[in-house]
Amino acid sequence: MKQVVRVAAGQGFWGDWLEAPRRQVEGGPVDYLMLDYLAEVTMSILQKQKERDPKMGYARDFLGAMQGVLPAVLERGVKVIANAGGVNPRACAEATREVGAAGGANGRLTIGVVTGDDLLPRLDELIEAGHPLVNMETGQPLSAVRDRVLSANAYIGSTPIVEALARGANVVITGRSTDTALTMAPLRHEFGWGATDWDKLAAGIIAGHIIECGAQCSGGNCLYDWRSIPHLADVGFPIVEASPDGSFVVTKHPGTGGRVSRQTVAEQLVYEMGDPHAYITPDVVADFTTIRLEDAGEDRVRVHGIRGAAATDKLKVSIAYRAGFKAVGTLVYSWPEAFDKARVADAVLRERLDRLGLRFDRVLTEFVGANATHGPLAGPPSPDLPEVTLRFGVRSGDRAAVERFTREIAPLVLTGPPSVTGFAGGRPKVEEIVAYWPALVDKAVVQTKVEVLS
Amino acid sequence: MSAAGTVRVRLLDVAHARSGDKGDTANVGVIALRPEWYPLLERELTRDRVAAHFRGLITGGVDRFELPNLGALNFLLHGALDGGGTLSLKTDAQGKVFSTALLRMVLDVDAAEARRLGLPLASGGAAAGR
Repeated sequence: MKQVVRVAAGQGFWGDWLEAPRRQVEGGPVDYLMLDYLAEVTMSILQKQKERDPKMGYARDFLGAMQGVLPAVLERGVKVIANAGGVNPRACAEATREVGAAGGANGRLTIGVVTGDDLLPRLDELIEAGHPLVNMETGQPLSAVRDRVLSANAYIGSTPIVEALARGANVVITGRSTDTALTMAPLRHEFGWGATDWDKLAAGIIAGHIIECGAQCSGGNCLYDWRSIPHLADVGFPIVEASPDGSFVVTKHPGTGGRVSRQTVAEQLVYEMGDPHAYITPDVVADFTTIRLEDAGEDRVRVHGIRGAAATDKLKVSIAYRAGFKAVGTLVYSWPEAFDKARVADAVLRERLDRLGLRFDRVLTEFVGANATHGPLAGPPSPDLPEVTLRFGVRSGDRAAVERFTREIAPLVLTGPPSVTGFAGGRPKVEEIVAYWPALVDKAVVQTKVEVLS
Repeated sequence: MSAAGTVRVRLLDVAHARSGDKGDTANVGVIALRPEWYPLLERELTRDRVAAHFRGLITGGVDRFELPNLGALNFLLHGALDGGGTLSLKTDAQGKVFSTALLRMVLDVDAAEARRLGLPLASGGAAAGR
């Protein structure tokens, strides 16, 4: 058994730095490259793409990443694990195989494909069988929006990825695997952790949580002493060096920018945290109050002491549904009295919308530069602000009302308060809202499947 | 104005923070800049105090969790994101800067305690004259 397994993070979301995957495999020794592409609403975007073209529906960025890292996979045995499959892991695998063939893989790519998370074709069957898929936030049953559902995927855990690795895959492509399972699975595979080694599984999950947002644990978006963080232009993405006992070191390649310290890791640990005693995943319930962080040299933080508890018998389901339309328009007002001008423009716009009799579920005005993000905590805006952006948004089930709103921004330039600019972008765009519906389902109803293509 | 025998300490000077979202809830993790300052945060940043701080900015309640192992507190601010996710019309639909909004808080701390802990004071300088 290896005594140290290195898992490198190469993408923290779909749209992350394109250079990162290649830099991670070329910057020093790594055993696994972990690429996380899926955020909550990503699946619905991919589902729309698949409806237009049955060969689509996965994160296409992954193919570029594979091109960049292919030599490391073929020549140095680096393995790649990615949830790039989206709603079409099979098509993603086929496209990856083509990237391999074009890059001279000659049969040296063995691609594991994990499926079974897609519940969209089974929704009616599940509801019929007594799984109401109640919204975890609102308590409503899914039947309330059933006819507007675009995608439905169970968050699946590490087990099918471990199986793919055991069957010889050097590239594993999944659909809606949890972000954390992508890191934990190779550790479970290499160290032979059992499905009830709760403490070790929890450690692997927390390792995954630390690196799943890429550079956000290695100096990116770090508030602590932010000015002193070196060379972010060249930021090093994180690497976990894991040991069989479940302890691990978070680090990055030597010579890269950014920083790994107790503070950069702690900031990432609390990111998107709920109850720290119970971080629930399909594999284990991890307890963040047991984590110990220790300095272990420059850009090295040792993490140990982690405890976990038995997994629950549920899986979380990520459902996306059509929820109306929205549009946001902006105009910029300049000194003097920029804030007051923007406020008058807001009042004019609201009066005109009222007179048109347009019905919106929500209208929101923000004054960017004055108080958009901190609200009343920002205090009264200075009359000397150099400029303020009026940002005006509407939401409605009625597309026509939102369309009509988009025609009311530009007229303010010649019919509203003075010193206005920043309208060159043209009319605001009407966007269809795809909203998120989190639910739980019994684990027993989700069967994952692993295929290995070589 | 602070009460007699107390000094004003900006949370920004004794803690760092990061925030994120889950649906219409923003979470703010606030971390003591020094381990010995964590008990001060635990005592001063009560659920009620944080709820009062965010009045007008959130529509729901506040939960608090303690992580003494990280010198950190985690707050859940419900109804913070105008519906959350893609429904939200807010610039900060994902609650990314509720962290710095919390750090605007100013604490009134007993002057002797502030000296003992070496807390930086809101008016500049440190209580212990470091």
